[in-house]
Amino acid sequence: MIRGTNRTVDIVIYCILTVIAFLSLAPVLNTLAISFSGKVAAMSGQVFFWPVDFNLEAYKSVISDRSFFTSFGVSVKRVLLGGAINLLVTVLMAYPLSKSNKHFPGRNIYMWFVIFCMLFNGGLIPWYMTINTYGLLDSIWALVLPTAVPVFNVILLMNFFKGVPKELEEAAGMDGAGAWRTLVTIYIPISLPSLATVTLFSVVGHWNAFFDGMILMNHKENWPLQTYIQQLIISVNSIMNTTDPEEVKRLSNMSSQLLNAAKVMVSMIPIMLIYPFLQRYFVSGIVLGAVKE
Amino acid sequence: MRSRASIWNYHLMLLPGILLLIAFSVVPMFGIVIAFQDFQPTLGIFHSDWVGWENFEYMFSLPDSRLILGNTLSIALMKIIAGLTVPFVFALLFHEVANIKFKRTIQTIVYLPHFMSWVILSGVLINLLSLDGIINQMIQWFGGDPIMFLQSNHWFRFVIVSSDVWKEFGFNTIIYIAALTSINTNLYEAAAIDGANRFQRLTNITIPGLMTTVILLATLSLGNVLNAGFEQILNLYNPIVYESGDIIDTYVYRSGLLEIQYGLATAVGLLKSVVSFVLIAASYGLAARFANYRIF
Repeated sequence: MIRGTNRTVDIVIYCILTVIAFLSLAPVLNTLAISFSGKVAAMSGQVFFWPVDFNLEAYKSVISDRSFFTSFGVSVKRVLLGGAINLLVTVLMAYPLSKSNKHFPGRNIYMWFVIFCMLFNGGLIPWYMTINTYGLLDSIWALVLPTAVPVFNVILLMNFFKGVPKELEEAAGMDGAGAWRTLVTIYIPISLPSLATVTLFSVVGHWNAFFDGMILMNHKENWPLQTYIQQLIISVNSIMNTTDPEEVKRLSNMSSQLLNAAKVMVSMIPIMLIYPFLQRYFVSGIVLGAVKE
Repeated sequence: MRSRASIWNYHLMLLPGILLLIAFSVVPMFGIVIAFQDFQPTLGIFHSDWVGWENFEYMFSLPDSRLILGNTLSIALMKIIAGLTVPFVFALLFHEVANIKFKRTIQTIVYLPHFMSWVILSGVLINLLSLDGIINQMIQWFGGDPIMFLQSNHWFRFVIVSSDVWKEFGFNTIIYIAALTSINTNLYEAAAIDGANRFQRLTNITIPGLMTTVILLATLSLGNVLNAGFEQILNLYNPIVYESGDIIDTYVYRSGLLEIQYGLATAVGLLKSVVSFVLIAASYGLAARFANYRIF
């Protein structure tokens, strides 16, 4: 693209984008600064983007909080188990569905079935009662199995598989490779960036889910981390339900805002760790899968 | 041509996924019959009394129904409009930048909130918007009175919509940025030779080049007008702001699982599912016809 010589416009655009980027992170930076601040400074609203009265008290109490780590463990287990099942199911469904109806009669029937399941559902109550009937309440499987088929990811990967050159598959077929062998030796190695994208999505989805933990896990020790944090935050928020400003001020001073800030930060760490590695893949992954033609 | 053996293998590969979908998507659909029952948990689906359309009639007679539908529609529509325009403007600005390193950094930062959960972000927002939070500190610094954003029916929707834009605008620009990179660069060269300035190139090439994408996204968003954001609202609302913030999904959750009115909640949920299904099917139909869009 040929650029104008107008430097001022360029400078203004750079400034605006820098401000937008800063605003995107500002709320998180504020919470991070609070989590490292002293109690008095944090409660009286003196902390902006830099800790005031720096200390690690909040993090020390997070480390000594057993139920935080129990929930952290449930989440890790859920991400590993759920992520692996999601990936396996996605690959196994995307490959046959990427074939044309001519090569795989029945493909369209499966496709309509999958789409129907994506668009229509029975609603919350029947869903809850079904899982209850299966006896999965309070089991890790209740967090993993209902979302085992990530239909959106299946469609993303299917659209990617469609773009794999047919010559490769034909050559493999000549050499006597069957469907399974072709999938494992040709399709999977060639689509690692797409697999990274769908894995990122399902891992983030599992890590961030709180609602299923909240309604399907009756015992605290089975809560995933987000459910645990949600319950903390809700309890802080609900004592704020009174409309009398003085009362709100008094109550919010009693709440463990500081501690929650530290917990919120710790629970962000896993996402922050994997995100930079997978980030470069997902842009091309999404675009390839979402906007065909 | 594929052999018979590999077609069987295809069926075999699909088997686990299909079974899981049957177990966790199709079976719950049969639970919809609860909407037509006076459902008693102790009696179960098979022994509860049938009441026909009574749950639906009761639903329409509730004064809350109109409020909840109004809240859902207005929050969802505001989100759709803001969610189309903010990323559009951002993508246009972004496109004007030549420095690749700067672009990468900006992208990485603005995509990030999309990957954080509403639980985490509501923790962050409650911090930010509390009476002692940073925003009220700034308001007071400018001489204003502090505002209880999350306890005010006047401000609540504004907080919901703007925090949603804040979380998702970066991620939503991905499609626009992809569309921008597919615009033929020869057009810009030709325009430059004809003496078009930067602003003229923007209005004559870049914006028209994005219009199909805008129309496509707008069409597809039609299917979403009954989804105002369950997780976000559940984590940010409280009884004081039910009046302005209670949406269909939060109402179903409260009346169903907390107040154990299974029949009513299922009826509300069913109505929402059916209407959403029709809207999504219609919007995909429109997108296929006018924007040549196919999901598969």
